[in-house]
Amino acid sequence: MFWDKKIETMKPDDLQKLQLKRLKKTLSQVQHVDFYRNLLSDAGVRPSSIKTLDDIQKIPFTKKLDLRAGYPFGFFAVPMKKIVRIHTTSGTTGKPTVVGYTQKDLDTWADLIARNMTMVGVGENDIFQNMVNYGMFTGGLGFHYGAEKIGMTVIPSATGNTKRQIEMIMDFGVTTIHCTPSYAMHLSEIAEEMNASLDSLKTGIFGAEPWSESVRNSLEKRLGLTAYDSYGLSELFGPGVAFECPERDGLHIWHDSFFVEIINPKTGEQLSDGERGELVVTPLVKEAMPLLRYRTGDETVMIEDGCLCRRGQKIARITGRSDDMLVIRGINVFPSQIEHVLLKIPEVGNQFMVYIDRINHLDEMTVEVEINHDYFSGELADLARLQKKVVKELRDALELRTTVKIVEPGSLPRFEGKAKRVIDRRAVI
Amino acid sequence: MDTQKFVIRQISIFSENRPGRLAAIAHALGEENINILAFSIAEANGFGVVRALVDYPEKAHDKLFSLGYNVAFTDVIAVRMKDQPGGLYEVAKVLGDAGVNIEYSYAYSGKEGAVLILRVDQVDEAIKKIKNSGATLLERSVFH
Repeated sequence: MFWDKKIETMKPDDLQKLQLKRLKKTLSQVQHVDFYRNLLSDAGVRPSSIKTLDDIQKIPFTKKLDLRAGYPFGFFAVPMKKIVRIHTTSGTTGKPTVVGYTQKDLDTWADLIARNMTMVGVGENDIFQNMVNYGMFTGGLGFHYGAEKIGMTVIPSATGNTKRQIEMIMDFGVTTIHCTPSYAMHLSEIAEEMNASLDSLKTGIFGAEPWSESVRNSLEKRLGLTAYDSYGLSELFGPGVAFECPERDGLHIWHDSFFVEIINPKTGEQLSDGERGELVVTPLVKEAMPLLRYRTGDETVMIEDGCLCRRGQKIARITGRSDDMLVIRGINVFPSQIEHVLLKIPEVGNQFMVYIDRINHLDEMTVEVEINHDYFSGELADLARLQKKVVKELRDALELRTTVKIVEPGSLPRFEGKAKRVIDRRAVI
Repeated sequence: MDTQKFVIRQISIFSENRPGRLAAIAHALGEENINILAFSIAEANGFGVVRALVDYPEKAHDKLFSLGYNVAFTDVIAVRMKDQPGGLYEVAKVLGDAGVNIEYSYAYSGKEGAVLILRVDQVDEAIKKIKNSGATLLERSVFH
């Protein structure tokens, strides 16, 4: 089933023409952003320099770090009165990355979600429980509006209270759910404990963190549904950038809306189909916050073979990152954010270690910090207070509950070369 | 009354809660010929504080500090109590009646009887009340 068959099955020649036209439009749109005016003029790129899609390689990359300099609204290419919504996502340090949307952007975004959901065969006869955060995270509202657009009955259940989530699935006859794969696993266990039957479920859409085929098998068995992978990032609207079709053999990325390159993350060179590298995306239809050659940090490969469903070229499911970003319970965390928080707390040192475990299918993050010599009062209560303070500061900055362990000064490893402060002990499941 | 002479310096050492930490601290003090008169361990959430009364507090502090430990002095008082039923009650009642709160406490029973070590919220008040009750407080000069 298609939401927009003409666009989704466009012939390569027509698609490239459309991409070039939209790329040129995007180039003129970025002229409203100081960062891009300077970037392009420094690189000697004029609008007339881009004659073919290959010419995009003349344009320098945009990195997550660049967005920080524009905080909060420096990357908006339209006046504030045209911005109808903002979302935020993790930044690399203290401040989040802010993304903005015009009304047209919201329509485009909902349309992309509508394509994805129609592709996996859900529609107006389905009841959809959206079990992700409805706040600043793009996953909640993004899916919400897309699902409404195709006429689904939407239950904006958001996160938390797993027993109630299960009751709603049963009582409302929910057919389709959206959440992180680890939460789905947790949900299936609680359902088992409750002896709840989730027979109405048919389709599961899982995203916001990488997950394996064995998780897919186990989710399908436990929840009695067909599981689809969803990919997106807030800088590119949010979810909806790429999605599995019923073949479930790679993600269809929407080439009319996103120009895709795979690069060698070290050299920046473009790689050919079949070569693994970092996904770089130039959104072609964004109005409020256009970006050029945005480095997603996600690693994938362009799949050479076409798809039976006749949609465009697929990328492999995302399994890793080319930077040090962590995904903890679906939330993006940069180790530099943790460092930034600790720097502001004088009672603890600047050395830290992060351990990530998966306990009962949920990610748990433990941060070890050293107490500073000068701040030890000799009182246990002061230490307990300090521990709580670090937990709170981390939660405020990362929107994530962590376990904080205070350790003796000098006991954490010191690194001479590249620091390896994160030990991810989650088994690949 | 000069209450100061009854204020005793306990050393408090931050320690992670894992095997071998107490042994390491005790070994360091042994090397310096420092005798531990009494000690206790308070534990919370993965870490603890080792509290000790030693015969040479200054020396103990410097030694542990030089080894990289987090060490602090904490003012406590030490009361002789009768090593018999009701002994603890007598001391605790005096403080309770005076509205002095005991934050923590530990005890040892030595050659000259039992000693109760107290960390209280109002040190001066505690010393006065205990003195008035006729009980004996250990003097700071016992420790070098």
